[in-house]
Amino acid sequence: MHRHFALALRTIAAWLVALLLMFPLTWLALTAFKTELQAIAVPPQLFFTPTLENFAEVQVRSDYLLYAKNSVITSVLSTVLGLLIAAPAAYSMAFFRTRRTRDILMWMLSTKMMPAVGALVPVYVLAQSAGMLDTLTGLTILFTLSNLPIMVWMLYSGFKDIPSDILEAARMDGAGVWGEFVHVIRPLALGTIASTGLLCLVLSWNEAFWSLNLSSAKAGTLATLIASYSSPEGLFWAKLSAASLLAIAPIVVFGWFSQKQLVQGLTFGAVK
Amino acid sequence: MAFLELVGVAKNFGAVRAIKGIDLVIEKGEFVVFVGPSGCGKSTLLRLIAGLENIDSGRLVLDGHDITQLASSKRDLAMVFQSYALYPHMSVADNMSFALRLANVDKGVIKEKVRRAAEILNLTAYLDRTPKELSGGQRQRVAIGRAIVRAPKVFLFDEPLSNLDAALRGQTRLEIAKLHRELGATTIYVTHDQVEAMTMADRVVVLRDGEIEQVGSPLDLYDHPANRFVAQFIGTPQMNVIDTAELPALRDIVGAAATTDGFIGVRPEHVLVRPGGSGRLPAQVDVVEALGADTLIYANAGGAGRSGVTLVAKQNTRTAFRVGDTVGLDIAPASFHLFDRQGHALAVTH
Repeated sequence: MHRHFALALRTIAAWLVALLLMFPLTWLALTAFKTELQAIAVPPQLFFTPTLENFAEVQVRSDYLLYAKNSVITSVLSTVLGLLIAAPAAYSMAFFRTRRTRDILMWMLSTKMMPAVGALVPVYVLAQSAGMLDTLTGLTILFTLSNLPIMVWMLYSGFKDIPSDILEAARMDGAGVWGEFVHVIRPLALGTIASTGLLCLVLSWNEAFWSLNLSSAKAGTLATLIASYSSPEGLFWAKLSAASLLAIAPIVVFGWFSQKQLVQGLTFGAVK
Repeated sequence: MAFLELVGVAKNFGAVRAIKGIDLVIEKGEFVVFVGPSGCGKSTLLRLIAGLENIDSGRLVLDGHDITQLASSKRDLAMVFQSYALYPHMSVADNMSFALRLANVDKGVIKEKVRRAAEILNLTAYLDRTPKELSGGQRQRVAIGRAIVRAPKVFLFDEPLSNLDAALRGQTRLEIAKLHRELGATTIYVTHDQVEAMTMADRVVVLRDGEIEQVGSPLDLYDHPANRFVAQFIGTPQMNVIDTAELPALRDIVGAAATTDGFIGVRPEHVLVRPGGSGRLPAQVDVVEALGADTLIYANAGGAGRSGVTLVAKQNTRTAFRVGDTVGLDIAPASFHLFDRQGHALAVTH
């Protein structure tokens, strides 16, 4: 009897926490399908006739597809570029350790601890003089750089779990660095590589700070699209919600399908 | 004609001089064993030859070509690792054929070579399995198979038997020796086990602290150790090495000159235990170890040391002596070794 009671309590608590966490998103999703009037009605309506007019208006007013395309391009390119740079770095740190390897890794991570706004002015000036303001190239480079430390760390901890004997055996078997990577590291660390790429993709997609500050109409990503609905013309909750929903939907769907890889990669080496 | 030649090969790890200038010539088809206590540099030396570590100074010449700076992948050597280091994501057949596939060898040729190697090593039934589905002994054989399909210039073995249990170790030891006889391939084999060294080697290289102590055939090392270290490293139980200052009487007994100063070495099988009253060196039995085929008798002969000098005798007959019995020791004629205070062997005129 007592055990059932405890179980019921725990279940209720879990549901409460889940509802609390899901509330903003649920509210957002509901509002996106309301008219502006329904959106600000007090008390809020739970049951109403859904409408798609907000979505149509978002597309008409601000060309959703352009922003979506920019988001896809910057996040995919920065992920590919990041993997190309991070993988060799992680390889050398995992398999050719020196006395300084640990320090370099810590230094890389420490750059993530600095608030991005601290580097805003120099980065802005750099981007301006390089002619990269409001360009996809500029954003891609910035996304890549800001994700690199975490990518190197993740790949490093994944690679580290491969016994170096196996790489040496491949070397003795006639594999060069490329051969080692393609035939041994890639298959053995596929999970790590995939989850690193996925995480980078999500981070780049969600990135708002740099895209808000360094891009506008031409290279703007979905993050800037949402922001553009917030203040200038007063708050239009329904349209803002529709824009937000459109912005997060692709990555939520994507994350849903790849959550197994993501979790596996983030806990790599933790349970051994 | 030297096949593999090491000229002044040296390696430092930071301030530690791991390998202190090794000169060694290995002939084609030879089975050479590097042996020594842990930390002596034998594995490092093998890794230098393999190219897995960079040589700091000296030269490495293989079959007439200087390979000192050549990458491991281009040296045409095959290595069997202590951990086997099989590719966990590949089948046994793929493990064995990896090198050949990298070298773009014709598929038919690869298949035939893998088939033959699998046959030799009794692995035919396991070709489609992955390493984790195999037992330790089978993994070991796959690792060997991976080396032999390539027909490399030199086989390198890094303590390949140390992860196997005792029975399997003895059996695999025989198989490797047999394999070497059939293939006639030049082989360098690293071990800390002097029994492996004695049973498999054409020549044994005894290493200590990054230097070669002695090179020679197994029996040569046993009968004519160059110094006290080799004398005590080769042979079980260890050679008795007694300080002449602690037991001066031993000089007379073995027949060494009365002026001899240093150490006298006697192999346990040359110490003969007689009933008390007979024998030239009175002693008391400390421990008796009956191993079945052999019996070891540890006898304390007194002397100047604090706890006296203990000699171990090995005989292949059972003994009636018990702990505490008084016995007399004799040394078989013309069987002793002499070492000076630094441990170098001195010439003995038997």
